[in-house]
Amino acid sequence: MPVSEPVISCRNVWKLFGPSPETYLKVLKGDPGFETIRQAGYISAVRDVSLDIARGEMLVIMGLSGSGKSTLVRCLSRLIEITGGTVSVEGQDIGALSEKQLIDLRRNKMGMVFQSFGLLPHRTVLENVAFPLEMRGQDRTTRRKRALEVIELVGLGGREDYFPRELSGGQQQRVGIARSLAIEPDIWFLDEPFSALDPLIRREMQDEFLRLQGLLGKTIVFITHDFDEALRLSDRIAIMKDGAVEQCDTPDRIVLKPATEYVRKFTEDIEKARVVHAAGLARPINGVPLRGQPVPGKSTIRALARLLVNDAREVLPVADEAGRITGGLNRQEALDILLGGHA
Amino acid sequence: MNESAQPSRPVAKLALGPAWALFALAVVLIIARPILPDGLMRPAEMLILPLADWINAFFIWLRDDLGLIHVTRAFADGIEWLLDVTANILYGKNRWPRIGPLPWIVTALSAACLGYWLGGVRLAVLAGGTFVWIALMGQWKWAMETLSVIVVAAPFSVLLGLLTGVAAWRWRRFEAVLNPILNIAQSLPHFAYMIPVVVFIGVGPKAGAIVTIIFSVPPMIRMTLLGLRKVPPEVVESGKMCGSTSWQLMTRVRIPSARTDILVGVNQVIMQCLAMVVLASFIGMPGLGQKLLQLLQALKIGRSIEIGITIVLLAVALDRCSKAWAERQPVHHESGTGWAARHRVLLTWVGLTMAGFALSAEVPFLAEVGRGQSLSVANPLDAAMSWVIVMIDPVTQWLRWFLITWVLIPVRDALLWLPYTAVLVALAGAGYAVGGWRSALICLGFFGYVAISGWWDRAMITVYTVLVAVAVAASFGFPLGIWASRHEKRAKRVLLLCDSLQTFPSFIYLIPVIMLFGVNDVAVVGAVVLFAAVPLIRYTIEGLRSVPESMIEAADMSGATRGQSLRHVRLPLAFPTIMVGLNQSLMFSLFMVIIAAFIGTQDLGQEMQRALSSTDVGKGLVLGFAVAFIGLMVDHLINRMADSRRRALGL
Repeated sequence: MPVSEPVISCRNVWKLFGPSPETYLKVLKGDPGFETIRQAGYISAVRDVSLDIARGEMLVIMGLSGSGKSTLVRCLSRLIEITGGTVSVEGQDIGALSEKQLIDLRRNKMGMVFQSFGLLPHRTVLENVAFPLEMRGQDRTTRRKRALEVIELVGLGGREDYFPRELSGGQQQRVGIARSLAIEPDIWFLDEPFSALDPLIRREMQDEFLRLQGLLGKTIVFITHDFDEALRLSDRIAIMKDGAVEQCDTPDRIVLKPATEYVRKFTEDIEKARVVHAAGLARPINGVPLRGQPVPGKSTIRALARLLVNDAREVLPVADEAGRITGGLNRQEALDILLGGHA
Repeated sequence: MNESAQPSRPVAKLALGPAWALFALAVVLIIARPILPDGLMRPAEMLILPLADWINAFFIWLRDDLGLIHVTRAFADGIEWLLDVTANILYGKNRWPRIGPLPWIVTALSAACLGYWLGGVRLAVLAGGTFVWIALMGQWKWAMETLSVIVVAAPFSVLLGLLTGVAAWRWRRFEAVLNPILNIAQSLPHFAYMIPVVVFIGVGPKAGAIVTIIFSVPPMIRMTLLGLRKVPPEVVESGKMCGSTSWQLMTRVRIPSARTDILVGVNQVIMQCLAMVVLASFIGMPGLGQKLLQLLQALKIGRSIEIGITIVLLAVALDRCSKAWAERQPVHHESGTGWAARHRVLLTWVGLTMAGFALSAEVPFLAEVGRGQSLSVANPLDAAMSWVIVMIDPVTQWLRWFLITWVLIPVRDALLWLPYTAVLVALAGAGYAVGGWRSALICLGFFGYVAISGWWDRAMITVYTVLVAVAVAASFGFPLGIWASRHEKRAKRVLLLCDSLQTFPSFIYLIPVIMLFGVNDVAVVGAVVLFAAVPLIRYTIEGLRSVPESMIEAADMSGATRGQSLRHVRLPLAFPTIMVGLNQSLMFSLFMVIIAAFIGTQDLGQEMQRALSSTDVGKGLVLGFAVAFIGLMVDHLINRMADSRRRALGL
């Protein structure tokens, strides 16, 4: 993960719904918890959230419905005004932007994909995808050229004259994705983009998404209620409950070291060996030389199962993509995870 | 995000004690009638407010002191100019641009092309056929007089309604002010609109056009508001994330997404325009309405029927075409389709129009159907009708005698006999029973106005006509609805028929009853019965058909007979919907009674006609509000009742 200043950074972000949320928030000292706030007549959709998202990182925000994840992503894009705290994008506090500056930011830097697609029913695929370019005031020919490029990219070539209702759900979401990519945004918000699709299509779209991300390398905030999806796609996962972030960490660490009881329950039924990578389990070797062929850090324990069972070494060297040894994998520990048991 | 999974709160049971007390008080007042002081029998003179004088003074101030008349006159002149243009094009009125009239064949072919574009061959035949019928029946000029007003009025009111609707959507406060105004406006009878227009604009086509515009705006505002509210939030958010300014968001995201609802509004505007333009004959608007009025008053049944058919055809064609427009979904063309193939209908239209012009130059009959050339069969039809009427005369005579002697007069006298205090107290009791003290006060307020307006007896006559008519309508409407709902296909057919009947302007319903009963009370009640039965049947069917299949299956599996299933499962569940039908039925009858005034009634409508002919705004509006408030009270009572049932059923 590249270390640089965060692209999006939010500090103590609050979103309260109720009679006069600002006044109430001023009285609050710290976070008294969801229930206490509800007793006072307010719903805390986002509760004291602080997050940093690095350039090129894919952060998945995960939670059950009503946990505030959709509200949070709307705070990050300022589709809704936050009650307290700050959200900065590339160092700029977006709460302080004027209407015009905000529109400029959206026209040039941000793209968003919606759960139920949010396509304009009266426009063709091409016109939908070209819509953000049209808003920017680009001329028809440029718009058309760029839109066709993105339509091709998401695999909808030849369907540009269709209307949304003539397409299947998966195809409609491809249009949504193409539209959000048309302006070449740096930041890409995806609000449960695949939740409305049936499981087979969802899987296919996830693959498609990974392919696109491999190509484009954007900074991504991805919302989902599906833990498997989160594990599949993310660099880091933020798990939300009642508006607050319970834990924000890599999938390996969330599975291995759940921060709260809630997170532990969530990860309980997950087959850990599929999630945990060799690198995630490896310990620093402090210069102790290790023998033999290293295992790639990116492999899951599950993928290494055969090797782990057959190999006799107590500690296996783990190598990163460049082939450098980064640590040692304790075989017994790995086997425990693989077999689900604990010594 | 709000999953409303929590069970609905139990309905608070209202203690009915006060309601019973109020009913008891009403009964006491009725029993004590012989010894009641006059002040409790009828509102005392001192209670009756000189509302009409106040309104008149206000209007004179508006007109003369404020100079509003110059504004309205200027506006009316603008409208008149537009009317002249369409009149010239459609039927050759001698005004700028002096290019008309279009040969009727061209108009008919254009209508057919429009129909085809909107809804295929069937609509093409309907729209084109309507115009062919009009031309062949020799009614071209009248129909075009009517149409030329609609062509001007409908776009105006669509635009006005759209702008007002957007404003109401944008500013909550404006909506809060607008809502009660719309409620009253939609319950004011047609005539109430005409009198102020006569004061400010005068009579004739421009007054007809303006009253039509005013009358048809409210549904457009409502539908615009509804449509804008219904745009999915994600569509709006996606628009925002694409960087739209708020203007771009409105014009390119919100309004296009609300297209269907807005077009349904357009459909309602067109239908309201047609209904009003026909009635506007009362303020000197020429056209089909005026002809029909004259013919009906002269009892020329054959010709009336022909004009009636024209109006019905126009109504159905306009309704189907505008509905088809609302339902029309965009369809893509295969890529590489040429311009000509994409604009096939347009090219066909151009071709047909040119052919039409050429043909009509050769064959004058295709340009204009002359006086002696029309295919009107009015005279033989008249003869046939006279024969039919003579044949069934014993039956209608007896029916008329029976209804007048045994139903109409007793009910009317009973209502007039009641002390007004008893009526008010009983209504308050009914209000309390459905919605507590608030509803009791609302009912008292609405009907109290009728008492202090000074038109109590007239109002009671209106009420009696409505009550009798709706009772008669219900006596056959409910069974018919239940019968029709039994089979899917039958239900669909009857619903389609009801749909068509509802598009007819109310005027049409007078033709058959005048034909059968002549000009008297029975004819009025008859027309109202017909008009009121349609919504009753319709909502009975819809209510019964919308009962969930699983519940009927559960009843069947519990061994319920068909009758038991109907009584214990289907009717109770359909009750709220049926109530909606009853409500609409009462509203329609109220309107119809007022319209029927010109065939001789003694109710509020009759007085309103008098106010119209003497352009007495004050009296007209006082009467109009009386009708509106009666309607609003009924509306409140029934809606509250239906709502609480719906909540109790968890629907």
